[in-house]
Amino acid sequence: MLQLIPVVIAIAALNFLLLHMTPGDAADILAGQMGHATVEFTQQLRQEFGLDRPLYEQFAIYLGKLLTFDLGMSHIQQTPVIELILGRLPATLILMVAAITISVVLGVILGVSAARRQGTITDNLISVTALIVYATPAFWLGLMLIVLFSIILDILPSGGMMQVGAGLTGIDHVLDVARHLILPATTLGLFYVAIYTRLMRASMLEVYGLDFIVTARAKGLSEGQIAWTHAMRNALLPVITLAGVQIGHLLGGSILIETVFGWPGLGRLVFDALLQRDLNLLLGILFISSVVVILANLVVDLLYGLLDPRIVHK
Amino acid sequence: MKRFHIFWFRFRRNRAAAGGAVVLAAILALAAFGPVLYDVDPFEMVGRPFMLPFDRYPLGTDVAGRDILAGIVHGARVSLMIGVLASVAATIVGVTFGAVAGYYGGKIDDILMRTTEFFLCIPSFVLAVVLVAIFQPDVVTVTIAIAVVSWPSVARLARGEFISHRDREYVLGCRAIGMPDWEIILLQIMPNALPPIIVVSSLMVATAILTESGLSFLGLSDPNLVSWGYMIGVARTVLRSAWWMAAIPGAMILITVLAINLVGEGLNDALNPKLRK
Repeated sequence: MLQLIPVVIAIAALNFLLLHMTPGDAADILAGQMGHATVEFTQQLRQEFGLDRPLYEQFAIYLGKLLTFDLGMSHIQQTPVIELILGRLPATLILMVAAITISVVLGVILGVSAARRQGTITDNLISVTALIVYATPAFWLGLMLIVLFSIILDILPSGGMMQVGAGLTGIDHVLDVARHLILPATTLGLFYVAIYTRLMRASMLEVYGLDFIVTARAKGLSEGQIAWTHAMRNALLPVITLAGVQIGHLLGGSILIETVFGWPGLGRLVFDALLQRDLNLLLGILFISSVVVILANLVVDLLYGLLDPRIVHK
Repeated sequence: MKRFHIFWFRFRRNRAAAGGAVVLAAILALAAFGPVLYDVDPFEMVGRPFMLPFDRYPLGTDVAGRDILAGIVHGARVSLMIGVLASVAATIVGVTFGAVAGYYGGKIDDILMRTTEFFLCIPSFVLAVVLVAIFQPDVVTVTIAIAVVSWPSVARLARGEFISHRDREYVLGCRAIGMPDWEIILLQIMPNALPPIIVVSSLMVATAILTESGLSFLGLSDPNLVSWGYMIGVARTVLRSAWWMAAIPGAMILITVLAINLVGEGLNDALNPKLRK
C-alpha cells in the first residue's frame, strides 16, 4: 500500500514536467484572456502564481496542492479541473464496469466452451472470430454498430447517455440509461472479449493436463462439472491478472468510444479539451486516470488472494 | 543459413501465417507502389462530394469531394511507416533497458524496473494523447508518443531473457576470458535472447497501427498527411448518409492488423517451437 506513494509522486512529477513543456505558461494565457497582456501585468500574475520561483519550489507547491486534490483551473472553462473531472468520472466508471463485466463473462464462457471442444468447428469458429475482433479498431467497430443497430435496424440509440428532455425518473430512468449503455459498453468490451477468450482457452487447455482433472474424472464427475467448477476456477487467474493490467487500456479506449457515442464521461472531456487546447485539463485527466489505474490494480491484487488462497498478503 | 531454412520450413507449414504474409505483402506493395501507380493527390477536390463507389472513382469521393481511393493508397504509407518506426524505436529502448537491468541485476535492475513499471501504470492511450497534444501533431511526435507508451513490455521481456542467460556456462566462460560486458551483452547473449523479442515487436507493429488510427481519429495526426484513422474521423459526421466512407478505411486497418498478427504468431511458432502445444 505504502509502495504506491512514490508511484503517485512520480506521476505528479511527470505531469509537472509536461506542464512546463507546454508553450506559454498560465500567466500568458490568463493575461491574454483578460485582454491586457502587457509585460508588467503578465509578470505580476507570474508572481501571484509563484511561476517566477525556482522549479523545485514550484514542484513542492504543486505537490502540496495535489494533496488537497487541487489540480488548478481549466482556463478555458473557468472551472477547477478537479470539479470537471469528478463531474464526468461516474459516467466513465459506469461504462467501464459494464465493459469489464461483458468482457470477462463472455470471454470466460467462450474460452471454456472452445477449450472443451478443442479442434471442433465450434472451437475454430470462436478462435477465428476472436482473432478478427482482436484486429478491429474499437472506435470503428462502434461506428459500424451504430450503422447496423441505430440507422438500419433503428432499435438502439446512437449516442448520449439518456433521452434528452424525457424527464424520466426511477426505474424508467435506469432502463433508459441501460438502453443507451448497450452499444458503447459492448464496443468497448468486445476487444477484451477477444483477448480473454484466447487467454481462457489456452489457460483451460493447460489446466486440463493437470493431475487433479484426471482425479476428478476418476471420481466420476461429469465433464460439465469438471470444466465449470474445477478447471475454470484454476484457469481464471491469468484472466484476472490481465483484467487488472487492462483497466488502464480500458480508460484509454473509453476516450475513443465516448467520442464515438457522445457518452458524457472523461473520454468525452478529453476530446473537448483537445479541441479547445485545454492542456491543464488534459494533464489533470492524465493524473486522475493514472491514480484510478493504480487503485484498480490494488483491488485486483486483493481479489487474487480470494481466488487463490495460496497467495498470502503480508 | 541453415537456421533460416529451418525457420522458413516451420513458418511455411503454418497456413494462417502464410496467408497473413501474402496479405501483408500485398499491403506493403500498395504502400510502396500505390501512390506512384495511382497518382492522385488525396487532399485535392476531384469532383462532387458524396459520389458513390464505382461511380466515377473506384471508391467514390468523401465529404469534401476528395478521392477516397487516393486516401486509402496514401494512408497505407503513413499507417505502416508510423507503425514500423514506432515499434523499432520502442524495441531499441525496451531491449536496452531490459538487457542492462537483466544482466547487471541489483540496484540498477531495481531502478530501471521501477521506471518501467511506472510507465505501465499510466494509461497508455491517455499519455499518447497528451504527448501529441502538447508537442503539436506531426509524424515525428506521433511516432515518438506511440514508442513511449510501447517500450515497457519489451523491457520486461528482454529483462527476463537476460536473467535466464546471465549465469549460464557460456556467459561465465566469456567473463572468465575477460570479455568486456558490452560485448557479452551485444554479441553473446543478444542473439540468444532475440527470438521472443522479435515476435513481440512484430506484434507491436499491429498495436502501434491501431493506436495511430485512434490518435488520428481524434484529429491528432499530421495535418499534411492523410491516414486511415483521419479518414474515419472525417466520415464520422456523415455516418447516417454515407456509412461506406467510414467503413472502407476501417476495413483496411482491420485487414492490415489481422495480417500482421497472423504473421507474428507464425513467427512465434517458428522461432520458439518449444512453446508449441
